[in-house]
Amino acid sequence: MHIAVCIKQVPDSAQIRVHPVTNTIMRQGVPTIINPYDLFALEEALRIKDETGARITVLTMGPPQAEEALRKCLSFGADDAILITDKVFSGADTLATSYVLAAALKALDAQDPLDLIFTGKQTIDGDTAQVGPGIAIRLGHQLLTYVSKIRELDPANRHIVVERRAEGGVQVLRSALPAVVTMLEGTNEIRFAGMPDMFRAARQELKRWNRDDIAADLTQVGLKGSPTVVAQVFGPKPKAIKALRIEGDTPEAIAEAFIDKLFTDFPQLEAALLEHLDQLGQQGVTQ
Amino acid sequence: MSDALDTAAKPIKKPKRVLPERFKSYKGVWVFIEHEHGHVHPVSWELLGKGRELADKLGVELAGVLMGGDGDEIRAITAEVGAHGTDLCYLAQHPVLHDYRNQSYTLGMTELVNTYQPEILLLGATTQGRDLAGSVATTLLTGLTADCTGLDIDPSDRSLLSSRPTFGGSLMCTIVNLATRPQMATVRPRVMPMPARDPARPARVVEHALQLDESAIVTKVLDFIPDARADKPQLPFADFIVSGGRGLGKPENFQLVAELARTLGAEVGASRPAVHAGWADAERQVGQSGKTVRPKLYIAAGISGAVQHRVGMEGADAIAGINLDPGAPLFDFANYALIGNVTELLPALDKAFARRLATARTQRAQAHEEADRGEV
Ligand SMILES: Cc1cc2nc3c(=O)[nH]c(=O)nc-3n(C[C@H](O)[C@H](O)[C@H](O)COP(=O)(O)OP(=O)(O)OC[C@H]3O[C@@H](n4cnc5c(N)ncnc54)[C@H](O)[C@@H]3O)c2cc1C
Repeated sequence: MHIAVCIKQVPDSAQIRVHPVTNTIMRQGVPTIINPYDLFALEEALRIKDETGARITVLTMGPPQAEEALRKCLSFGADDAILITDKVFSGADTLATSYVLAAALKALDAQDPLDLIFTGKQTIDGDTAQVGPGIAIRLGHQLLTYVSKIRELDPANRHIVVERRAEGGVQVLRSALPAVVTMLEGTNEIRFAGMPDMFRAARQELKRWNRDDIAADLTQVGLKGSPTVVAQVFGPKPKAIKALRIEGDTPEAIAEAFIDKLFTDFPQLEAALLEHLDQLGQQGVTQ
Repeated sequence: MSDALDTAAKPIKKPKRVLPERFKSYKGVWVFIEHEHGHVHPVSWELLGKGRELADKLGVELAGVLMGGDGDEIRAITAEVGAHGTDLCYLAQHPVLHDYRNQSYTLGMTELVNTYQPEILLLGATTQGRDLAGSVATTLLTGLTADCTGLDIDPSDRSLLSSRPTFGGSLMCTIVNLATRPQMATVRPRVMPMPARDPARPARVVEHALQLDESAIVTKVLDFIPDARADKPQLPFADFIVSGGRGLGKPENFQLVAELARTLGAEVGASRPAVHAGWADAERQVGQSGKTVRPKLYIAAGISGAVQHRVGMEGADAIAGINLDPGAPLFDFANYALIGNVTELLPALDKAFARRLATARTQRAQAHEEADRGEV
């Protein structure tokens, strides 16, 4: 069995600072991490490998520095890594990104047929959740999004049964391989890298693929292949009136003054609050 | 802040790309009507409210797009689609569409789009809407903007302007779709206000017979396990929310948030750092990567008001912030600034609210008693 995991290197958002005057991101020195959602996908693939001995190839489209993220995946136990990198790929929106990833997956499939393709449910930087569906459509594979559990996986009979998070519950779906699975967060926890894998990860040759390796149609990649563009960047609008500062010498005085003002400005609020509490009382709901 | 706002006032600069002739016939605004087990997701109605505004600006019709299995239950939804402000409702019923599945719904939606050619297609950013939107956009090779917090029309060329927060910065960006149609966008639940419902408003129903074949649909639904409603916080629909942020400093202090929330019968919310610190459950995160809320009252304790938090809660009727820093960005859009330490102000508020509510209850009881006596 051969599994591909698509990952992305993203800035560590916990460490991003916003410039107080210009409101822009200060990217300098911000460390990068593997998109945290992708780690759930990688760990799921690794568990399948533990059980079946499947081979795992991780792929990412990104700048040369993304090599670091791929090596990290190797240290967790992935077998192979491909960095899809070319300056014509930059500036891609989700449509152009899914084009490049799908083209690379086709090339990989031609070398070593793929049974399953994993992605995270979304990235923490773009937050779109569109690339997984895009890849599935472009490859003509079944799409299984927000998967919380793989119940059955039968490569010989080419079928898979998963639990998928829907709005009001969980859908249990039976589908066919090859499929594209986007993993829900919190479904597992990435393992610790073992010593042998860490040594291997540091030395192993990575494959670097460019436009020729994936036979890219240049009208479909990068900025050119992206129908959406950022036309404007702006600061959030402050309301016409700034917040009213509640005065008071003590916290108690501030609290009293606030409630007076609140119930004066929003006359229905006190009644609504009482009614709400009555209802809660009736239902016996506890916080 | 003023720098950024100056840029906002400048006209939008779009790179030049000409809309191909074949897209010029695309007209009308569509909203995907999402439903599951007989319930329409409220985000669909919210989108119809916004869609009405966009359609009026463009001088075109607003349509709901309803797909589902056979039967009157689905057909009955068309009346609600009308009541929420549409001119027409496209209805595609087929046994294959009984449950939501990516392949069948993608086939259905792309056929409808190719047949009737809308210029704008909006979907809820839910697990169903995002699953479908990404697939439909890729099939049609058109642009899709995820999780928009604002939608508008550029009168100069009738294009859709989709706004959303940029990554990391305290900035928003406007995204346009240059040369493809339809222009697609997803919007999260509770971002747009619920429009007024007018049950007398009719919508034309346009039935479309889809040629679908169950044997060609690979994925089968084996089961649906509904969530146990009670054990999930209903943050998006709560009327009263008390949220805590990094300013709480430690888990014990987060208890102060929970105590005030209990007094008010409010749901507990949290900023992302508070969730990351493990003080609150991920389900309780408010903001761009959490829940969007529209309560009557939102109290933010030790929360700075970063744009990613703001987009999740600025739809609240009344917002009060508790912060040491009078210059916190929250106060640019909150109603009330309570300046001081959360460890002092939260307990003070808790006591003051408890007292006030007790008094109000007693007064109400007395009033009832008097009224009763009057009746005798
Ligand atoms: C892609 C992306 C998505 C994100 N999504 C979200 C999201 O969904 N939700 C979210 O909340 N954030 C999100 N963020 C993070 C966001 O940018 C902010 O970092 C975050 O909202 C800040 O949380 P905070 O206000 O609790 O912390 P801070 O910004 O650190 O603010 C703490 C505040 O507490 C005040 N304070 C400190 N001590 C006290 C005290 N003793 N008494 C009173 N006040 C005190 C401080 O003055 C300060 O204003 C996202 C970021 C990115 C990059």
